[in-house]
Amino acid sequence: MKAVEAKKPGLAAGGVLRRPFFWIMAAIVAAFAVAPSIGNDVELREDLLLAAVYITLASNINLILGYAGYVNFGSIVFFGLGGYFTVYFMSALGWNLVAASLIGGLAVSALAYAFGLGILRLRGAYFALATIGVNEAVQAFVTNFTPWGAGTGIYLSTELFLPLGGPAQALWVIYYALVGVMGLSLYLSYFIKISKFGLGLRAIGENEDAAAVLGVPTPRYKTMVYCVSAFLPAVAGGLYFFKGAFIQPIDAFDLNFSTEAIVTAMLGGQGTVLGPALGAYVYEQLRSWLLTSDTFANFQLVISGALLLVIVLFAPGGLMGWLYRRWPGLRKVLE
Amino acid sequence: MTALLAIENLGKRFGGLAAVQDLSFEVAEHEILGLIGPNGAGKSTLFNLINGVFKPDSGRVVFRGADITGMAPYLVARAGLARTHQIVQPLGAMSVRENCTVGACFGRENLPLAAARQIAEEVAVFVGLGDRLDVPASQLTVAGKKRLELARALSAQPTLLLLDEVLAGLNPTEVERMIAVIRRIRERGVTILMIEHLMQAIMSLSDRIVVLNTGQKLAEGSPSEVANDPAVIEAYLGDPELAAEFRGALA
Repeated sequence: MKAVEAKKPGLAAGGVLRRPFFWIMAAIVAAFAVAPSIGNDVELREDLLLAAVYITLASNINLILGYAGYVNFGSIVFFGLGGYFTVYFMSALGWNLVAASLIGGLAVSALAYAFGLGILRLRGAYFALATIGVNEAVQAFVTNFTPWGAGTGIYLSTELFLPLGGPAQALWVIYYALVGVMGLSLYLSYFIKISKFGLGLRAIGENEDAAAVLGVPTPRYKTMVYCVSAFLPAVAGGLYFFKGAFIQPIDAFDLNFSTEAIVTAMLGGQGTVLGPALGAYVYEQLRSWLLTSDTFANFQLVISGALLLVIVLFAPGGLMGWLYRRWPGLRKVLE
Repeated sequence: MTALLAIENLGKRFGGLAAVQDLSFEVAEHEILGLIGPNGAGKSTLFNLINGVFKPDSGRVVFRGADITGMAPYLVARAGLARTHQIVQPLGAMSVRENCTVGACFGRENLPLAAARQIAEEVAVFVGLGDRLDVPASQLTVAGKKRLELARALSAQPTLLLLDEVLAGLNPTEVERMIAVIRRIRERGVTILMIEHLMQAIMSLSDRIVVLNTGQKLAEGSPSEVANDPAVIEAYLGDPELAAEFRGALA
């Protein structure tokens, strides 16, 4: 028994630090931070910025989709609301970016908790429909909410970029902040996966009734994961819309973005930590190529639909599932 | 004898059908109580009422002196009452070790992950799944899945274990091994309430038997008392072949 015990990497900081995957995630974040900084490559930065946003959305939707098995079609509501809170706090209340985006994130998590109490009683297709309902209801509300500019939205004064060292430097600051949010999303996903909370979520994903009989506090866990999965996308939304200095309902609550988050998580392999990030990166590269090619302008949504179909039918494990089958040893290294 | 579990005037209707009616009995600490009755007698419904899957329409369930009537299943599990399912419910994509760890983590002891893993491994070895720890639950044989049901429930280190036909679908050798496991569970101080159709097994394992018919208690007593009860023979053992098996089990 002693030997078995020694082999088990504990949850203590030392145990985690000895796992290669901990450092693989660090390497990914470092690569994102360093690559465009070399030679001040603005084009690469913009490309990776979008990838970081996609990875953030995919990693967080994976918490509820991949671990707990609940399909959240309306996850973009977190991103959009985060954007609105941040932009509003900055323009109307004069808060700085850090305070606005973090408080915005917390506010969205609190709202998610309230939504979750209502819709997490539903399962399967009903839950998925309800999440779309939440997104549409919030969009309808915001479109009529005058303090947030109703349908026209809110413009930010470019003066707000001055504290960050002017527009040019502000874009770099925002980029690094988004890479940070992406990194936190990866680590959050990882630490949840290897925790007791994650074990309970995966049990719910496999068979919710059996999980409850085994003692998993299903209502609390589901609400918690829905709430937690809202925070970082909301912060990312705040940074993203601050960067654009403009937010309006149709951009903030775009369901296409929601669908893409699901496709990317499934493409990479839901329920794994690296999969959603990998899927998001691959998809974002594909998407930017399709958007710039004359033949395929706006064609990415057709592709994402087709991809979803192919994944569901032929590769439910996504890219990670394929990698694990090809090299079973990878399971031990890549979570 | 102190009652670990008391069922008091429990009733549950599904539309026009009274699945359980005015049912009362007690399970004493450290005993094995067998629950028998024809198909549709309300045995599995009773289990679902005890562990909170269904809310009863009337009556109470008292466990270790506390009223747990209609409490959510995960709270009942936390209180120290574990069960297996007649139709196995493995967490398919998760390994045997992970399945048992869920039981240990969220059961009576509410253990942290590392401690739960250790219990899970011990219990898996105990029920004979020691060499299948890393196998996904979906890949186990029927007998393996039955053992897993048992292992998961045991990992919770329950005070009371509800076993719903853990012997069904097993071949004679497997039945033999499972019976040995059940006896050893009782030796560990766990009280057992078990549903079983396999007469010989339940007659030899149980200290007492409760017979259900159409949701009501038909008889209660030691295996020999129940087997010789005219009401039981008439209603439940009306089938002469089954009656013979019943008697044979006692011989």
